Amino acid sequence: MSEAAFLYLFSAAAVAGALVMLVARHPMRVALGLIGTMLSLAGLYAVLGVHVIAVFQVLIYVGAVMVFMVFVIMLLDTRDPSFVARYSRLLLPGALAAAVLAALLGALLARRGPGVPWVPGAADFHLQPFSVAFLGRYWLHFELTSVLLVIVVVASIAVIKGRGGRDG
Amino acid sequence: MDRTQFLIGLSIALFSLGLAGVIVRRNALVMLMCMELMVNAVVLSLVTVAARGQDAAGAAYVFLIFVVAAAEIAIAIPIVLLLARQRRSLDVGAYTALGG
Repeated sequence: MSEAAFLYLFSAAAVAGALVMLVARHPMRVALGLIGTMLSLAGLYAVLGVHVIAVFQVLIYVGAVMVFMVFVIMLLDTRDPSFVARYSRLLLPGALAAAVLAALLGALLARRGPGVPWVPGAADFHLQPFSVAFLGRYWLHFELTSVLLVIVVVASIAVIKGRGGRDG
Repeated sequence: MDRTQFLIGLSIALFSLGLAGVIVRRNALVMLMCMELMVNAVVLSLVTVAARGQDAAGAAYVFLIFVVAAAEIAIAIPIVLLLARQRRSLDVGAYTALGG
């Protein structure tokens, strides 16, 4: 079935992007690995039938957040000690901790037993029902996000121009 | 293994890889990106569960998480810029003002 093939393809691409993030030396390559992972996750959401979230993933994460990140990487000089030596002295404990966490969660997942069978297309909510619910029932949350964004803009200006800054 | 279990397992793998990246890498920007990977893994598990429901509550919640993640990056990047300007380095080992 092609749908299952796409599912496994996007999953493998997401894990491959995450592995590139762990081993790449230059921050720009790490950013490209993360962009690949995010696009693969968007493909996964499209396979799952939640197209609204797939579009948001591409527009907000890849289109806004990662472009911002790539600009900052180009702005900063990356030739410093963290470029020569990629890993801190916590390499072994960190890898061990992540492996233990993955093993514990995986064991918990495997113990759960047979899940409820997947119903394809059970919730393929498209843009219109999402928009009606979002601006109808969840209008207060939507307005609160604008308050949050204003707070973030003020806070980031305060961080840059605050007392700790040299010249603003 | 059914599809839900597979996707939750993928989410666990991505979260663990992101956690490993935050701990083992030295570059502050790379650590930020690994945190973004962890957020993405959590969103994947949320979408996997929400896609089984019938209403748009899950999608609305995911949208709010996206906005909060964008806000987090918008406040984290100026902090990293400030640190890089003061210490002339992106290496988190150089940030020893707290005596760490």
